[in-house]
Amino acid sequence: MGNGTTMATQTPVTERPRAAGTVALAHQEVVLERSSGWPSLRLRELWRAHELVYFLIWRDVKVRYKQTVLGVAWAVLQPLLTVVVFTLFFHRVARISSGSLPYPVFSLAGLVPWLFFSNAISLASASVVANANVLTKIYFPRLAIPLATTLAGAPDFAIGFVLLLIVMAGYGVAPGLTVFALPAFFLLVLAAALGVALWLSALNVLYRDVRYIVPIAVQLWLLATPIAYSVSGLHSPWNVILGLNPMAGAVEGFRWAVTGGAAPPAGMLALSAGVAAILAISGAYYFRAMERRFADVI
Amino acid sequence: MSATDIVIRSEALSKQYVLGRHAKPGRTLRDTIVEGLSSGARRVARRSRDRDERPLLWALRDVSFEIERGDVVGVIGRNGAGKSTLLKIFSRVTEPTSGRATIRGRVGSLLEVGTGFHGELTGRENIYLYGAILGMRRAELNRRFDEIVAFAEISRFLDTPVKRYSTGMTVRLAFAVAAHLEPEILLVDEVLAVGDAGFQRKCIGKMSEVADEGRTVLFVSHNMALMQSLCRRGILLESGGVHTDGTIEEAVTSYLRAVERAGTVELADRSDTRGQHDVRLTHVEIGGADGTTLLATGRPARFVFRTRAEDPSVHRRLSCSFTILNALGQPVATLTSNDRGPRDVEDAGSHDAFVCDIDELPLLPGRYRVDVEIHGRSHLQDAVEGATMFDVEQGTLGGRPVAGGSGDVAVAHRWVVPSLD
Repeated sequence: MGNGTTMATQTPVTERPRAAGTVALAHQEVVLERSSGWPSLRLRELWRAHELVYFLIWRDVKVRYKQTVLGVAWAVLQPLLTVVVFTLFFHRVARISSGSLPYPVFSLAGLVPWLFFSNAISLASASVVANANVLTKIYFPRLAIPLATTLAGAPDFAIGFVLLLIVMAGYGVAPGLTVFALPAFFLLVLAAALGVALWLSALNVLYRDVRYIVPIAVQLWLLATPIAYSVSGLHSPWNVILGLNPMAGAVEGFRWAVTGGAAPPAGMLALSAGVAAILAISGAYYFRAMERRFADVI
Repeated sequence: MSATDIVIRSEALSKQYVLGRHAKPGRTLRDTIVEGLSSGARRVARRSRDRDERPLLWALRDVSFEIERGDVVGVIGRNGAGKSTLLKIFSRVTEPTSGRATIRGRVGSLLEVGTGFHGELTGRENIYLYGAILGMRRAELNRRFDEIVAFAEISRFLDTPVKRYSTGMTVRLAFAVAAHLEPEILLVDEVLAVGDAGFQRKCIGKMSEVADEGRTVLFVSHNMALMQSLCRRGILLESGGVHTDGTIEEAVTSYLRAVERAGTVELADRSDTRGQHDVRLTHVEIGGADGTTLLATGRPARFVFRTRAEDPSVHRRLSCSFTILNALGQPVATLTSNDRGPRDVEDAGSHDAFVCDIDELPLLPGRYRVDVEIHGRSHLQDAVEGATMFDVEQGTLGGRPVAGGSGDVAVAHRWVVPSLD
């Protein structure tokens, strides 16, 4: 497997004439041997398995709120309750300024992308180990697992986004033309989430410490991300350096795109985008390199 | 046969596992840090000794063979012989350590059915999910959906969550999905051990259908009779290497001989047993209850299983079960101390031995094998295949002489027949 080997192509049955006794075979050859060196991402193979990714997302979405009393209402309650807490403590008590925006709109606009990110990395970091029994029995592109778990947060994100629009309407905040930049920032959130998810899910196979590190890391990361506060309070060059946290650029950009207002420093956005891209690409390669050993180590 | 008809070519295929720390799941970061620091320090003192200390296991070693299209091959071997590792490499779950295998065509594997299922999802949903994991397309699943449901016989429970299914239903559904994958090469690992007899027959039918269509089947099972009826060719693996590669009869014969040989090895020295091994089976004694060693149909029989543990308190919550298998390796009966009967006795004095008494041995004359499992501390402690063999002589059951006949079991019975008057 890995570099320099031919890949199996799943032959669609439709193309195969089913005459009795003869099986027309498309002779794809797979050579199975120890892989060495730089792994190939095999994105084509992953693309061919897009239906699997779809079914895995669908499984995670369906199962997410099973056996909960409030069900999908949690997708609304989670951001809503957090905004209430943030408004009470950061705004009323700590007197953190949200500029021209009402504080609930300000913090919710940061929380919606953040919750997608934090849920994604919490769930995805455990995803490979959680699927251990399938991994050790059946072959399929392993990247599908963290990818699907990350994407499975998208419906919750959509619900949160609608909630944000409703709250904005309630406070009389209308999105401006900047809203067209929104997909780019969602992509940034996705890249950051996926990058971290790939690293952690592969590391978790070898080191179960990950499961204890993640909750603490998520809390610290939350504080290092301008959700409850704004980068406009920071002085140069710190407002750019904060961009080393890819979620800083993502959250600031997302908030700016939805609610308008002061644009975040371009340097910070560029830095965040670069870090997110590095995380995603290095994560994918690390995952693929570790993947060969999953079934033996897990 | 031309070279193009070879669908599986295995060349010096080897797989090595590192036992001990690295094999343990969930090693912690501390292990690595500590190891990294200490090995760094030690490397100065004595280079590379660290590496040699870790025990290595060759699960497969230099396995070479070729399988032609349409072959139905039985892979036989005792526990730890490498059968499952071989199938795992062919199904791409794990990589070989050295050597290579070349596979032509779509591979479908039935390594352990139902592992892709999610309990919260319904049967219908799981068909799509499991099918996708196995590599089927949605269009393909849509087309074969009714066939799968009919084969699995679960149409009434299609919209019930799978967690409410019985084991039998789950296995049926899983086999049905996998069987409709239409692979060119089908890998089957002991799936037929579960499920009722009717469904087993159906699965076997499906497998021979697959074979008749000119597709290739690689089949692992401990059931020699089943192997002989399904397969034409047999590969016997022993300690990771190919011992016999020939007709299924040849392979089965050498397998049975190997099992018999293993039966003469001291049990505690056997390396092919599975389990936690807090407790190990050390001896099995089988004899007539009256102290003679003769076993005969309808006569009393006593099975004594002696165990040994480092920590004697382990013995308190153990259970022992054993399966009697006929000469072909087909299970005849399983007896377990876990299912309590009113005549069972708990004896504090016999803390290391399990004694099972059978008043009238209901076995036909012939040779039988015993597989033993010791369970305790919610784990399998020791599983010994072919722990011993025994012969049953002719005898009488219920006053009726039993000399033989087909099957393995003698049943006490009586008749009412028309009188001659």
